[in-house]
Amino acid sequence: MSIPTPFYPRQQALCESHEWRDWSGYLAAALYDLLHDREYYAMRSAAALIDVSPLYKYDVRGPDAVRLVDRIISRDAAQCAVGQVLYTPWCDDDGKVIDDGTVARLGPERFRITSAEPNLAWFQDCAYGMQVDIEDVSSGLAALALQGPNSRAILRRALSDIDLEALKYYRLSPARLGKIQLDVSRTGYTGDLGYELWVHPQVALEVWDALMQAGDGYGIVPAGMVALDVARIEAGLVMIQVEYISSRKSLIEDQKSSPFELGMGWAVDLNKVEFIGCRALAAEKRRGSRWLLAGVELDWNSLEAVYGKFDLTPRLAGRASRSAVPVYKDGRQIGQMTSHTFAPALKKYVGIASIEGAYAQVGDPVNVEVTVEYTRQSANARLVKLPFYNPARKRA
Amino acid sequence: MPPEYDAIVIGAGHNGLVNAAYLARAGKRVLVLERRPVLGGASVTEEIFPGYKFTVFSYVVSLFRPEIIRDLDLTRHGLMILPLESTLTPLPDGRYLYRGADHYQTYREVSKFSPRDADAYEDYSNAMYFMAKAVKYILGVIPSDPTSLNPSDLGGLLEMARHFLKLDNEQFYTLVRLMTMSSADFLGRWFESEPLLGTLSASGIIGTFLGPRSPGTAYVLLHHYMGEIDGVFRAWGFAKGGTGGIAAAIASAASSLGVEIRTQAPVGQVIVKDGKATGVALENGEEIHAKVVVSSLDPQQTFLKLVDPRQLPDEIVSSVKRYVYRGSSGKVNLALDGVPKLTCLPGRGAHLRGAISISPSIDYIEKAYDQAKYGEFSRRPYIDMILPSMIDPDMAPPGKHVMSCFVQYAPYELKEGSWDEKREAFGDAVVDTLSEYIPNLGDIIVGRQVLTPLDIERTTGLSQGNIFQGELSLSQLFFLRPAPGLAKYRTPLRSYYQCGSSTHPGGGITGAPGRLAALEILKDW
Repeated sequence: MSIPTPFYPRQQALCESHEWRDWSGYLAAALYDLLHDREYYAMRSAAALIDVSPLYKYDVRGPDAVRLVDRIISRDAAQCAVGQVLYTPWCDDDGKVIDDGTVARLGPERFRITSAEPNLAWFQDCAYGMQVDIEDVSSGLAALALQGPNSRAILRRALSDIDLEALKYYRLSPARLGKIQLDVSRTGYTGDLGYELWVHPQVALEVWDALMQAGDGYGIVPAGMVALDVARIEAGLVMIQVEYISSRKSLIEDQKSSPFELGMGWAVDLNKVEFIGCRALAAEKRRGSRWLLAGVELDWNSLEAVYGKFDLTPRLAGRASRSAVPVYKDGRQIGQMTSHTFAPALKKYVGIASIEGAYAQVGDPVNVEVTVEYTRQSANARLVKLPFYNPARKRA
Repeated sequence: MPPEYDAIVIGAGHNGLVNAAYLARAGKRVLVLERRPVLGGASVTEEIFPGYKFTVFSYVVSLFRPEIIRDLDLTRHGLMILPLESTLTPLPDGRYLYRGADHYQTYREVSKFSPRDADAYEDYSNAMYFMAKAVKYILGVIPSDPTSLNPSDLGGLLEMARHFLKLDNEQFYTLVRLMTMSSADFLGRWFESEPLLGTLSASGIIGTFLGPRSPGTAYVLLHHYMGEIDGVFRAWGFAKGGTGGIAAAIASAASSLGVEIRTQAPVGQVIVKDGKATGVALENGEEIHAKVVVSSLDPQQTFLKLVDPRQLPDEIVSSVKRYVYRGSSGKVNLALDGVPKLTCLPGRGAHLRGAISISPSIDYIEKAYDQAKYGEFSRRPYIDMILPSMIDPDMAPPGKHVMSCFVQYAPYELKEGSWDEKREAFGDAVVDTLSEYIPNLGDIIVGRQVLTPLDIERTTGLSQGNIFQGELSLSQLFFLRPAPGLAKYRTPLRSYYQCGSSTHPGGGITGAPGRLAALEILKDW
């Protein structure tokens, strides 16, 4: 049974669709309106407020905090300044990804790690013999994402004791909202300008109300998971259980993925101190990876032709799909498109795919399976670089 | 001296810009000349009062061709179409008809007036789906003249015949009805409730000097239905930043393809030598030469002002002179200090993020037309209103709003007096009409822009203020647009072309004339 998050009383009152999803055992609004369009466009054109409390959160403290984090993640934690946030995967000894998330350095000897799945046992096992405490603070910390071009203007109205202009992409800062102390990080899952606010559950509703009030006139819209899924695909962001399976949950070797195979090669630092999986990753780097993560852009004329065979027109705008479909090159299956959606910001049908690198590279024409009237059809597509959508304001 | 440009496009409206972009995409060196300091023609956003951005003339979008968005990669150049969520028809007695994107919600709302209509609504939508799909084809082809024996015309006619023969009998009859009936009679085949009939029939009169009971208006209804957004037919949206946002995206795409755009560069004359256009002379006397000159302006200007009509065959001149404009609409843009409170739905909600239509019945609109027939503006006009700032908060300062009101009827020719004298009275009639449904409106207006057909003509150059560059009547469509012998974007003068809404497939922010003209020009190259 799913349980409510600290923001539930406000969400429940606004959730006209009555459609909820389970996110790590919590109730997450799928969408508030009867259609998700407005929530999506708020992320791209104004501002969207998204409850991300169900994320797992771990507080890591102690003299060996840096050593531990450095041992777990593939990026260089020692180089992470206080107030900086790293997006990173972490791997098992074979260099296969367990999970991915953010690591925020809150102090010289203190980090906060967010993850999609529980990781307490893994982190504690990794900390064997180190002077460090790992605490699961998941239920003790509520989180709200405010994403979209107007998000900064709204926070400027709502917050004090923070220099938002100086808060760069992937940085974190304490701030004050009225009498409430909270942390603000410039992070998110939409690929747009955006922030995440980390607050005590007891003041969650106050924070929600203050943001909604400050956002009035700036087009703030509470948004649910359906809209977020479209935005994250446009942003080329992978999702655990969709684009990959945690190596801890894989049933066979072939289900596991390395960071290189998930487009996270940039987050693997083989020159830093030894970390879990680094030898396997160094070997993979020398050898080359089997899979590559690529964007797929479907050719609209080809889609029209495929639907036209049945005297239909493509009606593809709507929710994102997490049903993987095969990707072909010259008649041979070379991979699968794991998430796909009509991307309103691009007005194209796109997807995130895992492709066998031996058979295709970015730029190559491929074919994608499309089901029309219960029959399997093939549409022309092209492999492209991710992300699909990357506005300058995200980092500006 | 060789010409400086391959092509000069006169007018930076959306069609002129699309035309220039397609020519540049084919490797041509193109210059666009715009009279005004702003780009977009009638597709323009201007900050008339500080902080308040008006989508001055055109205001919503549906018909813009998706192939143009793809070909020119307009989303990369900032094009974003936000959904228009609903249509609300407030009634004088405090009731309302609400239609939104959710199927069963709309069913319930229509049922309040007629359970029969609520059910028939589905049949109507289905019938119109096939019509939009059938007509989509016409939007992408050059219309063939059935009187012509030219092989390309015959081939085109055969292809079109094949296309329409795909329709089943009932669909074909519906198409013929659409081409011939009045919108009131056409809709009467499905519906009985007045607010629904009134509001749907309004799409049949927009931009024409006809009433909902005038034959031919069913076609105009179809014209407003043949758009699609993201593959969904009949969807309407609001361009982020107003319709000027569309022009800005096309201009940005055109510039990235190498098109040069000059503003405040009014063209005085097209230079013609031995029956061939060789360039243009600006009003300041500057001459610029090009291999091809393309006019995106209407026939009045393209044939009677920019060139000496004596250079054209007499029958062309006389058919251009007979081309019907008859501007019939005005626009009132309001800057608001707060949120309008409707009597029927006082709170905020989805209804404020859609269209609000003052069209309680067919009689209401027909009466508004009656006044206009005899040279007066309607005292109680049909109004299609939106609140752009509710959809795109960047259109007004936080907490403030802008209101865009398309108003019909406002005949270009007044029986008594001039529009310069009657402008404010016209604005008052609009505000008074709206105030009957929005009692707090008068208290929150902080700025008002009233645009009569005369103002539309003066600012945009659209003759008689007709928003479509000439009425969308069957006699002026397809192979007859703008006139027989002028229908394929060419003119009697060599190297002189047309690409505006006065060419096939007509008005509205479609971009189709601009694109199709470019494809024809390139065929002649």
